Amino acid sequence: MKALILVGGYGTRLRPLTLTVPKPLVEFCNKPILLHQVEALVKAGVRHVILAVSYMSDLLEREMRAQEERLGIKISLSHEKEPLGTAGPLALARELLTDSEEPFFVLNSDVICDFPFEDMLKVHQQRGREGTIVVTKVEEPSKYGVVVYEGDTGRIHRFVEKPQVFVSNKINAGMYIFSPAMLRRIQLRPTSIEKEIFPVMAEEGQLYAMELQGFWMDIGQPKDFLTGMCMFLQSVRQQAPERLRTGPGFLGNVLVDPTAVIGDNCTIGPNVTIGAGVVLEDGVRVKRCTVLKGAHIRSHSWLESSIVGWSSSVGQWVRMENVTVLGEDVIVNDELYINGANVLPHKSITDSVPEPRIIM
Amino acid sequence: MLKAVILIGGPQKGTRFRPLSFEVPKPLFPVAGVPMLQHHIEACSKLPNMKEILLIGFYQPNEELNRFLSCAQQDYKISIRYLQEYAALGTGGGIYHFRDQILSGGPEAFFVMNADVCSEFPLPEMLDFQKEHGDSYSFIILGTTANRKQSLNYGCIVENEKSDEVLHYVEKPGTFVSDIINCGIYLFTPEIFQHIGEVFQKNQQDMLLYSYEGEEQSNGWHRAEVIRLEQDIFTALAGQGKLYVYKTDRFWSQIKSAGSAIYASRLYLNQYHKTHPERLATNTDGGPKTRGNVYIHPTANIDPTAVLGPNVSIGTGVTIGAGVRVRESIILHGATLQDHSCVLNSIVGWGSTIGKWARVEGTPSDPNPNDPYAKIDSETLFRDGKLTPSITILGCNVNIPSEVIILNSIVLPHKDLNRSFKNQIIL
Ligand SMILES: Nc1nc2c(ncn2[C@@H]2O[C@H](COP(=O)(O)OP(=O)(O)OP(=O)(O)O)[C@@H](O)[C@H]2O)c(=O)[nH]1
Ligand SMILES: Nc1nc2c(ncn2[C@@H]2O[C@H](COP(=O)(O)OP(=O)(O)O)[C@@H](O)[C@H]2O)c(=O)[nH]1
Ligand SMILES: [Mg+2]
Ligand SMILES: [Mg+2]
Repeated sequence: MKALILVGGYGTRLRPLTLTVPKPLVEFCNKPILLHQVEALVKAGVRHVILAVSYMSDLLEREMRAQEERLGIKISLSHEKEPLGTAGPLALARELLTDSEEPFFVLNSDVICDFPFEDMLKVHQQRGREGTIVVTKVEEPSKYGVVVYEGDTGRIHRFVEKPQVFVSNKINAGMYIFSPAMLRRIQLRPTSIEKEIFPVMAEEGQLYAMELQGFWMDIGQPKDFLTGMCMFLQSVRQQAPERLRTGPGFLGNVLVDPTAVIGDNCTIGPNVTIGAGVVLEDGVRVKRCTVLKGAHIRSHSWLESSIVGWSSSVGQWVRMENVTVLGEDVIVNDELYINGANVLPHKSITDSVPEPRIIM
Repeated sequence: MLKAVILIGGPQKGTRFRPLSFEVPKPLFPVAGVPMLQHHIEACSKLPNMKEILLIGFYQPNEELNRFLSCAQQDYKISIRYLQEYAALGTGGGIYHFRDQILSGGPEAFFVMNADVCSEFPLPEMLDFQKEHGDSYSFIILGTTANRKQSLNYGCIVENEKSDEVLHYVEKPGTFVSDIINCGIYLFTPEIFQHIGEVFQKNQQDMLLYSYEGEEQSNGWHRAEVIRLEQDIFTALAGQGKLYVYKTDRFWSQIKSAGSAIYASRLYLNQYHKTHPERLATNTDGGPKTRGNVYIHPTANIDPTAVLGPNVSIGTGVTIGAGVRVRESIILHGATLQDHSCVLNSIVGWGSTIGKWARVEGTPSDPNPNDPYAKIDSETLFRDGKLTPSITILGCNVNIPSEVIILNSIVLPHKDLNRSFKNQIIL
């Protein structure tokens, strides 16, 4: 089986992280976002993954060669000269997708959940239509585009953008399975699959919904990245608790790379991910944070709801909070207060940031 | 022989020093580890023929003041007495009211000092200056240079540049008059009481002229006795060949706001290198790490992994846990700073507790370091209806929970906070 993953967006909302690393390679819970999906696809029997890429593809290509070997699958890159949106890339990869009659998966690259690929295939085959999309329940449907469908059959009637009166609490979860016949609908030009293709398919009775069980999050922006991390770690707690770190100084769900070094009298957690080679000196307090590879947090600092970029360095007695994101190789001097800052890569911060802002 | 009078004011004064002045009379607030007044007393006691120091104010006699007086008398081996005005008589009325006490024993001269200044107290220099200038009847004001803008907040002195005679004196003018300002430290001869007496007589006559039916005599008497040295005496004496200014370029600052107490501590701690090296903490094995000038009371209990300084004063019985950081702050008697907490530009009140990893931080209002004549601004709390960022002050027995931040805030006494606060007064 095949899968096409849309990885061509600029990931602007996950800046400053995505200024130095393409979004699919940003580690979410110590694994590149993309690999969460690829590994789940492999488990469901996918043997050929096509990445629809448009920018920074060199890095991605190199990383994928290594993964091809490790996972024993084929990974192709389908390069676009101009961004083709969320549907156009399917037309570009038409040949790769139509060399058999099998259905194929299409995924947004930045959603995280317990991937239901096997169920998708089953449901799709039972229904025998052109497409099945996964939907997930949200609390505040008015913020999203919602999907209106028949509860018992799953047949989609329509899509409503940001509904002002309640029509449904299910939204598109960014995971689809299609039969090759669907590709005739798509031309090789920038096209939105959600806005231009799905409504027509629904009208013709060719699009069905499958409801996702369990957690789901679009981790395309820092706030949601952290929320998604909390959900993901909770699911690790249920499915593979041995992967989480426990013991004195660790609270709740904490994931620590074995190469990280943690000093004395630290309190870590709940909901923390510590990447490879990270150093936490003595007396550090971290909660609800992701600390990426090679970062160094000096003693007695306090971090909450923040993402510390690769190889960044946070001084002693620093207080960092409120969705602060440090890009790669940022230096925060001792004793500063950093509140909701977005710090671009390779920047050195010498003054406190008492109110949220972007540090160029 | 010499005497000295220190004007200590009373409970209605020092409002800019709240909430700290709720707990202790402002003149007894510790600056660089010792009560503000002790710096004055020590400077006076160093003069060989200083016989007595009189504190004049309108505080009810209280235990704290009594304890301070008896300790200071012992330490400095000099008579120190507190004279209580029956009401606030102003900076000149109090000394006039108690003139017999001041003059008893026949001092040739006496100093008068505001309690709320910090200074290197160049008292011997003022005495020499008095000998060199004018006749023995002349009065000396200690002056210093301010910048033009800030001079408006002080008493301003125009002098004859050759003779240093005061030609003109105006208190807190609305427009620029002079950049030489009054430091609130004076050297008088007994003759000053004739001049104050004249003002008193005149006030009394005015009272008789303008008092109306039914007003009590005592009230009229009281109003006649309220005399301001600055506006009523100096302004009149200027240009009469009686009043001189001795200008100093040594350190000097007012202590009006709590923020200026931190600044004044810095100045005195720096002076300790010369005057009291034993009061400055040094880095020793098993002791905390200090940076710059730090005062630690011997009864404080400090973890060796704490890092203190510069400009930190730690009071009696304070407990400081592991990995605590304190900079530019005053930690008062009995406070507890738990592990990993961080205190910057703040005053932590008596018996207050700061939880683990909590951050208590203020914004310093230091004088512009690039202007040698800049003074500390002791502005009002609010500007354009918003609290101006200031040092953070925790009143006594305030509890700060673990892991929160208290930024640019003033917390009134006995408050248990349960979350972070920024730019707020917490009642
Ligand atoms: N191949 C390709 N993929 C795209 C393109 N635009 C968006 N995507 C992908 O489609 C998915 C959904 O897009 P968005 O959620 O908008 O993410 P994004 O565009 O990467 O990020 P933002 O810049 O923050 O919007 C992501 O997996 C993107 O990588 C495109 O033009 N070409
Ligand atoms: N004894 C006494 N001291 C006073 C009185 N008024 C002010 N002081 C003290 O005199 C000094 C100067 O105070 P003041 O002139 O009010 O303030 P400034 O002009 O802002 O310095 C301070 O040490 C006050 O405590 C008073 O009525 N009686
Ligand atoms: Mg986008
Ligand atoms: Mg997205």
